Amino acid sequence: MKEVLLKLSSLGEDICAQLERGELPFIDIPSRTTSNIVYDEKEGRFILGGAKTRRNVSNVKHLRSFTQTVWVAWMAKRLIEERRSATLRDLYYMAEAYGVKFKNQQESDSIVTDLEVLLGVPREQLRIFPEERATIYGDLTIRYNLPGYENTKFNLTASPDGIAIGPALAEAEFQDCGAERVIMVESGGMFTRLIEEKGHEKFRALLIHTAGQAPRLARRLAYRLREELGLPIYVFTDGDPWGAHIAMVVISGSANAAHVDNAVIPDARWIGVLPTDIDEYKLPYEKFNEKDWKRLNDLMADPRYQSPFWRGQLKKFEEEGKKSEQQALSIYGLNYVTEKYLPEKLA
Amino acid sequence: MQPAFGEISVSDFFYRHRELAGFSNPSRATYMIIREAVENSLDACEEAGVLPSVKVLLNSVERGVYYLRVEDNGFGVPPSEVPFAFGKFLYGSKFGVKQRRGIFGLGISMALLYSQVTSGKPASVTVSNGREIFEIKLRIDIERNMPVVEGRKRLMNKDGWHGSIVELYFKGDYPRAEEKILNYFRLTSIASPHAEVTFTDPSGNVHVFKRSVERIPSLPIEVLPHPHGVDAEMLRRLLKRNEGKSLLSFMVKSFQKVGYATAKKFLESAGFSPHQPTSTLTNDDVLELLEAMKSYDFPSPDARCLSPIGEDALREAIINVFEPEFVAACQRPPAVYLGHPFIVEAAVAYGCKGVEGELALFRFANRIPLLYDMHSDVSMSVLKRFNWGSYLPVRPQAMGVFTHICSTRIPFKTAGKECVADTPEIEREIELALKECCRRLKTYLTGKVSGDEWGRKFNAYRKYLPKIAKFAAELAGRKEAPNIALVLEQISGGKKSERGLA
Repeated sequence: MKEVLLKLSSLGEDICAQLERGELPFIDIPSRTTSNIVYDEKEGRFILGGAKTRRNVSNVKHLRSFTQTVWVAWMAKRLIEERRSATLRDLYYMAEAYGVKFKNQQESDSIVTDLEVLLGVPREQLRIFPEERATIYGDLTIRYNLPGYENTKFNLTASPDGIAIGPALAEAEFQDCGAERVIMVESGGMFTRLIEEKGHEKFRALLIHTAGQAPRLARRLAYRLREELGLPIYVFTDGDPWGAHIAMVVISGSANAAHVDNAVIPDARWIGVLPTDIDEYKLPYEKFNEKDWKRLNDLMADPRYQSPFWRGQLKKFEEEGKKSEQQALSIYGLNYVTEKYLPEKLA
Repeated sequence: MQPAFGEISVSDFFYRHRELAGFSNPSRATYMIIREAVENSLDACEEAGVLPSVKVLLNSVERGVYYLRVEDNGFGVPPSEVPFAFGKFLYGSKFGVKQRRGIFGLGISMALLYSQVTSGKPASVTVSNGREIFEIKLRIDIERNMPVVEGRKRLMNKDGWHGSIVELYFKGDYPRAEEKILNYFRLTSIASPHAEVTFTDPSGNVHVFKRSVERIPSLPIEVLPHPHGVDAEMLRRLLKRNEGKSLLSFMVKSFQKVGYATAKKFLESAGFSPHQPTSTLTNDDVLELLEAMKSYDFPSPDARCLSPIGEDALREAIINVFEPEFVAACQRPPAVYLGHPFIVEAAVAYGCKGVEGELALFRFANRIPLLYDMHSDVSMSVLKRFNWGSYLPVRPQAMGVFTHICSTRIPFKTAGKECVADTPEIEREIELALKECCRRLKTYLTGKVSGDEWGRKFNAYRKYLPKIAKFAAELAGRKEAPNIALVLEQISGGKKSERGLA
């Protein structure tokens, strides 16, 4: 945290110095245009190139966004110092009280991303979080690092609904772990099924419900479980292009967060539902609709999908034009997924 | 045996050549007949010193036949003069000149003639002598150019009505003429901003064209011709009128701006004796005198015979009709072409309602809107080569360009009074008037562009810079915010130098 505060302080100092010299201040922010997002083959993820954009007060058009950027930095400093947190939505609403209006939340979200890139610090470290939360369930005992909760320890099997992955949990201390792997599950139905069928015990797994695209905090937690506890990460989604991309973002990070991704897990594995599974397990399927085809085309053009495994999966999608949801596995009985499908996948 | 060639009357001539007066087809005739009747009313009111209120009603009677009723609030002509004023083609017997709406001086008679030959029905004219109202049914004996009164009704004038009502039946085509007619009314309220016109169309819709000024324009004064403005025929007629007089006296009495001293100097320089009687001039002498008159440097013609709209009235009328964001109007001083005085007025209105695209040209001559043949008009020639970019800081947008030429003699290209010929003197005046309008418009636009924008910019800095300073200082852990006075000063200085600000 000290490091982050230092970065914020020197940003403020820099602007003050420019003003005192009678200069209209400016800041140089690494450019986030697609042309400056490059794929780093070695690290297996997207990173920002060297191009920078100057946000210059001498251009009256930059005046407002400059003020917004400084305000978000100022707010982040207060959040850190006061050990509080704010959601992206909070931030959007709070601004007005300080005479710094945002047109919409998209605008404030974008300024937050600017600040992340400018400081090289992910927004979680600025105590700013997205609204949506993933949940986790399984045999892991954690201890919070939060004032007032220092002695609060508990096991993540405490609630049958799973525990929400908020900022506190994402950075909590791992005390004791009976699990040997992590399974990230796309749909709530499958997450509940796995808990009910004692999948966590059977596969000695921590289950993370991503609820669609995995939020960064969930990926961050998975990353830490991989790094600190050495647990392999498996991603279990619907068998369609959207599911494939949920897995891909866990593996190589999101394009939007190329600059600060501290949650990239290159050796995470997509275990299903794979397009090849649809035939193999004789799953009920639906034909691709127009949106599916468009999404597939996008993915085929994406540099992240160039490995033989991914090429093969996308090609299968293209040939068959078939998709199956996770729930399709229930056609062979409620316990099919825990008795047959997953054991084969995790073998 | 009848002779193969006969003399024809003026009315007969126009009966045979009605396209010369603009009555070339049913739709054009519908427009012309309304226009002639309205202009007759406007003239009548102005001469009576009354603010014109003209009510026009057009009804469709049967297939292609229309009933037109035009009522004004002037004092009309005395009942006894109605037959000759409306039912006979009169030509000017006077030599005096002044600005008139029509050029043939036969507009209303032409309307009656067209009505009569297409509908076969007589016209009706209603006037009052104060105590009584007379409704006179009238027809023209076209071959003889004589009015024929077919009936006369007398009514007591209990309510003190005054004015004149003209009622006509004619074959026309309103649907095709509608756009022109409504345009004509709209533009008439610019050319005659002191007039109010109400038009009820055949569907019963009432269009009101309100007056935008309450002043009656000063009437043009009839003046003698200018020596530069006569031709051989006119000179011969003038000489004939002054038979027996000396050349000196002839010159002084027949022309404006010619006193005894000027006349004497001119005649001597031309090699004529001032005392020579006019009757002794030979044909060649007349032509020689004409040439001498053309080349001699007489004082400029009298412009009191002209009645321009006026900058203020023009501006108010344009605002009334087009609701522009800004309008600049300019009246040029009187100028001369071929001995005829003329005045050009122009206006440029920025952001007009109803003007689509970059700009639209609206032309007027002697207070008449010109609606046809725009592309061969002198104003169009000027406009085509006018470089807006060098006079205005912005591209023309929904811009109305208005030109009014008033003269004792408008050089119309065609007999239809719709298109003014390219005349170098007039072209020059139009161009100068437009440039002056642009100068005035530019002042407004520059103020708007840089003034407003500058104010907005500066206010934005005043609003945001203190916040930047405060947040940055607290970020840096400073107790006091840096002084931004220096920066603000630099910004306000940047207004003049245009530096420091993008």
